Amino acid sequence: MAITSVKNLKEFSTANDRFEGAHLLCPGCAHSMIVRELMNCTDDNLVIAANTGCLEVSTAVYPYTSWDTSWIHIGFENAATAAAGAEAMYKARKRKGTLKDPDAPVKFVAFGGDGSTYDIGFQWLSGAVERGHDFTYICLDNEVYANTGGQRSSSTPIGSSTTTSPAGRISYGEKKMKKDMVTIMAAHGAPYVAQLAPNKWKIMAKGFQKALSTEGPCFINTVSACTTEWKFDSKDTIHLTDLATDSLVFPIYEIIDGQELNILYRPKNILPVRDYLGAQGRFRHLFKPENEHVLVEWQKRVDAHWERLQRREEARV
Amino acid sequence: MQGVCATDKRGSKELGSEELVGWDEVMQGVVVNSFEGDATDIARQKAEERNYSEFSSYTATVASWRVIKPVYNRDICIDCQNCWVWCPDTSIVSRDKQMLGIDYDHCKGCQVCVEVCPTNPKSLLMFAEHEDLDKALAQWPQKEKKEK
Ligand SMILES: Cc1ncc(C[n+]2csc(CCOP(=O)(O)OP(=O)(O)O)c2C)c(N)n1
Ligand code: SF4
Ligand code: SF4
Ligand code: SF4
Ligand SMILES: [Mg+2]
Repeated sequence: MAITSVKNLKEFSTANDRFEGAHLLCPGCAHSMIVRELMNCTDDNLVIAANTGCLEVSTAVYPYTSWDTSWIHIGFENAATAAAGAEAMYKARKRKGTLKDPDAPVKFVAFGGDGSTYDIGFQWLSGAVERGHDFTYICLDNEVYANTGGQRSSSTPIGSSTTTSPAGRISYGEKKMKKDMVTIMAAHGAPYVAQLAPNKWKIMAKGFQKALSTEGPCFINTVSACTTEWKFDSKDTIHLTDLATDSLVFPIYEIIDGQELNILYRPKNILPVRDYLGAQGRFRHLFKPENEHVLVEWQKRVDAHWERLQRREEARV
Repeated sequence: MQGVCATDKRGSKELGSEELVGWDEVMQGVVVNSFEGDATDIARQKAEERNYSEFSSYTATVASWRVIKPVYNRDICIDCQNCWVWCPDTSIVSRDKQMLGIDYDHCKGCQVCVEVCPTNPKSLLMFAEHEDLDKALAQWPQKEKKEK
């Protein structure tokens, strides 16, 4: 694989952007920070599939495209299916000798939102990973169906106020736990699974490069702070993501071959979960005295998850 | 003048200004080419070397989204490239490890670049959209003393 150097930011900045401006994502949207970095970390040809969601509707506004690579738009549940199909066709044509340039390096990538990954496209993602296609699936996890106006998904965390789990006089918002998608994908036995975040740009770029150069299906959950649905100022996207990783709400780690877990980032000062929650409008109601128990519950869950990750890292199982 | 860089080939079509067709007139399975002619070496070409087609959003503008704009001060910049890596709108123009300026056709004024700029005073600051760039640079603040 032709890798762009990510030794330091100066070298990385010599990459030639293949994701163009004048897309229609909100100002400060983390989706495009993640997509840009994926496309900048390699020189290889890319075949990218994106299903319906903020990313797709904002980057393929007919007759415009913001993509400088092969790019396929497909229905909501099928990002994995499209990438898998393209990969299978590529392999078959290579075998038959009908490719124009059989030696050109090419990577297959699928982007899906959390709604499409955790819920509606889950079965198709699972199938594509089971079949062992050589592709990388990247979930842009903003914990909500953002494109359709902020409905809850199975990635929405407890206490979040969404349009279908609104906080009010009686409810404190979402009641259920966020689905642990990283563990689920690792349990498929995928060769490379990780959770990454754009504030830690180098860890993220290296993780992307590892996934692209690993043969077989890889899954990466990326933290994608959404200014509109999480309700924070567009200038704070990176600051908010810092709070997410440093409070360990979003720990940064990888799992290799479903077994070997490596923690990729250990915050020097672990921040209280309250600091992360308090910076977002979607959790504002949790700071009322009657919802104190939700804050306590949140911290407990984050602590327990971090403990579990550290034990798994030690045990190598 | 300090602080601005525009690549020539970038267009300035207002999004939505093109002639629209109804949803039922759009062909199913449309293929839109981002480039004219051969595009095999795109990853190794800088934007100004590429032959963008009129379908690439590179040839369009979202400048009208902005009410405030970032202004770049070359004198203070250390070329760390923080602004480049985190700009969500591919609007920081960097070439050969140097920050050159802002692409005002694609910048939406989110202010992320200003927040992640580490210099003191910052090398990027937000000003009103109508502010003249030279006037903005003339008002640049002095180094801030760290609070003890
Ligand atoms: C089968 C199907 N169901 C519902 C929709 C409507 N729909 C389009 S985008 C979207 C939300 C996408 O949410 P997510 O996948 O989390 O992506 P985000 O917009 O948050 O990035 C929905 C429900 C659809 N296009 N297709
Ligand atoms: S709603 Fe959220 S995810 Fe969608 S474009 Fe806006 S900031 Fe990005
Ligand atoms: S204001 Fe936002 S869009 Fe404009 S250059 Fe800065 S980071 Fe990019
Ligand atoms: S973040 Fe500031 S110092 Fe760094 S390259 Fe950009 S303008 Fe220069
Ligand atoms: Mg989502």
